[in-house]
Amino acid sequence: MATGELNPNHYQAQRAAKVVQHYLNTRYGSPYRLLGLHRVHSGNAEDVEDSGRKYQLEISVQEIISNMTEKCSAEVLFPSGGQQRSPQVQASCEELLKINTIAQEEALYQQYKMKPSLLSAQNLPDSYGHIDPDMKPFWHLCIVASSFIMLNESSENTLFNVAQVANITQLATENDQLKFDCHVLLHEMVSQEIIHWKLLFTWSPPEGVKVQQMEQLPHCHHCEKPPNTN
Amino acid sequence: MLFSVGLSLVVLLSVVGAATVERVEYDYYKYHPMPEITDWMVQAVKDYPEVVTILEYGQTYEKRTISLLKIGINTGEKKKAIWMDCGIHAREWIAPAFCQYFVREILQAYKTDPKMQAMMTNMDFYVTPVLNIDGYIHSWKDNTTRLWRKNRSPGPLNCTCYGTDLNRNFNANWGTLGISFECCDNTFCGIKPVSEPEAQAVTYFVGNRKEDFLCFLTIHSYGQLLLLPFGHPNFTASNYDELMKVGRGAADAIRSVHGKDYTVGTSPDVLYANSGSSRDWARMQGIPLTYTFELRDDGTFGFELPQDQIQPTCEEAYSGALHIITYAHDKTFSGATATAATLWSMLLALGVTGTTLM
Repeated sequence: MATGELNPNHYQAQRAAKVVQHYLNTRYGSPYRLLGLHRVHSGNAEDVEDSGRKYQLEISVQEIISNMTEKCSAEVLFPSGGQQRSPQVQASCEELLKINTIAQEEALYQQYKMKPSLLSAQNLPDSYGHIDPDMKPFWHLCIVASSFIMLNESSENTLFNVAQVANITQLATENDQLKFDCHVLLHEMVSQEIIHWKLLFTWSPPEGVKVQQMEQLPHCHHCEKPPNTN
Repeated sequence: MLFSVGLSLVVLLSVVGAATVERVEYDYYKYHPMPEITDWMVQAVKDYPEVVTILEYGQTYEKRTISLLKIGINTGEKKKAIWMDCGIHAREWIAPAFCQYFVREILQAYKTDPKMQAMMTNMDFYVTPVLNIDGYIHSWKDNTTRLWRKNRSPGPLNCTCYGTDLNRNFNANWGTLGISFECCDNTFCGIKPVSEPEAQAVTYFVGNRKEDFLCFLTIHSYGQLLLLPFGHPNFTASNYDELMKVGRGAADAIRSVHGKDYTVGTSPDVLYANSGSSRDWARMQGIPLTYTFELRDDGTFGFELPQDQIQPTCEEAYSGALHIITYAHDKTFSGATATAATLWSMLLALGVTGTTLM
């Protein structure tokens, strides 16, 4: 295992930095704020006795909608031990919080809180990479909710991205929170597999995204009846 | 006197080229289903008959013909060659889009750019727009098939899944790292090396001409990477330094177009270890400059890159590919002999097509 100073372009630092991206989206993500890893400037890894492996990173993070970038420092601990435990992340990128999204979030919230018909959308993006502009905030929301899963599932041997939101359906508003059911397809780079998850989550401007339930779907989409062989 | 004759030849050839420009505009900035790509290949031959031919070099599992466009000036001699393939993985739609764009660019440059004319005189370009045709067609079927990766051969006995990962099936350290022996997995490397007809097609075609190839470029997405051989961390290419230098030059060329960063390095360093890739196989045949291009993006849209990014992605990738190809060409054909070769070949070409120009 690489220890000490890491090449920022190599996979060890890149995978750890992607975990920071997922963490930041769980903390700061919203329908109008979505973060992506822009660059890794430097990284360091060390073994921590009885704990796991700790990465220290200097990265740049970009807010996807405004294209604003910010440099952040972060620490990622991948726990050791038999149990599959989620990485622990410490990072702050407070400059990005200053991007003012309050008005847009409030407007979206009010619009969908009282809607007589509940939102339902499929295939975000579609096969051609297209997303209806009105649906983009919900694509962002599902990615933010998926970040909780991607954060939980990450290890030094994985790299997760959201491949597609297969379906997002609005459910009845609960305790002043908009509520959604989202079927998301995650792409895991190292295995090249597409993994299906179902999420139940809520959102409001003051509370942010809160995941209530998540469930991996045992999807055998590539399993088909073999042809009759003669 | 020779130079002014050369210039007149260029002008004459340009006029001929302009008269045969495509009548129906092909939209290079949209994704095209397989039948449209096939038609486009046929049209390219019609529009540039003096430099483009279609070669059929294999069959897919579902018995579709695998073809490439051979592009170059016919000098009547054995020529050095550049290989490019796209769409070995079905869901990476931006890759076939790039192959089509690449062909359009070199054909347009050939009309007006002396450097491209020299390269087309000295080398032939072999471009396969879609290698994994069955997989590509399957990915167009409906919303549930868009993210298909492998080919469409049935699994071994007792397997309920289809497909072998073609980029793990080549005879290059086959079945060792970064693969799965589970037939349902996306990195299933097949029951044995080169078990798949699509991998066989490339192996036989390139293998029979391996001394001719200067360059082997295989186009994928996503990740914004330029990957060098080898996929196994314990094996280093003998020309690693050269591969890194030229790769970095290509990445600089890419960045200068739209500011996008592409990382250069071996697979085990910058992505993951793997085995059985076409790039590794090509390098093992002795082809000196072999690269895997991983095009846009970096994960936001992933395989489903929006169509409005096709143009900038192709522009930057073309810049990168051209850097590598130009290096390969210039290393093999030194300046003075290149000019002489160009003029001589043009005279030859004029002699052959003289009657049609009159």
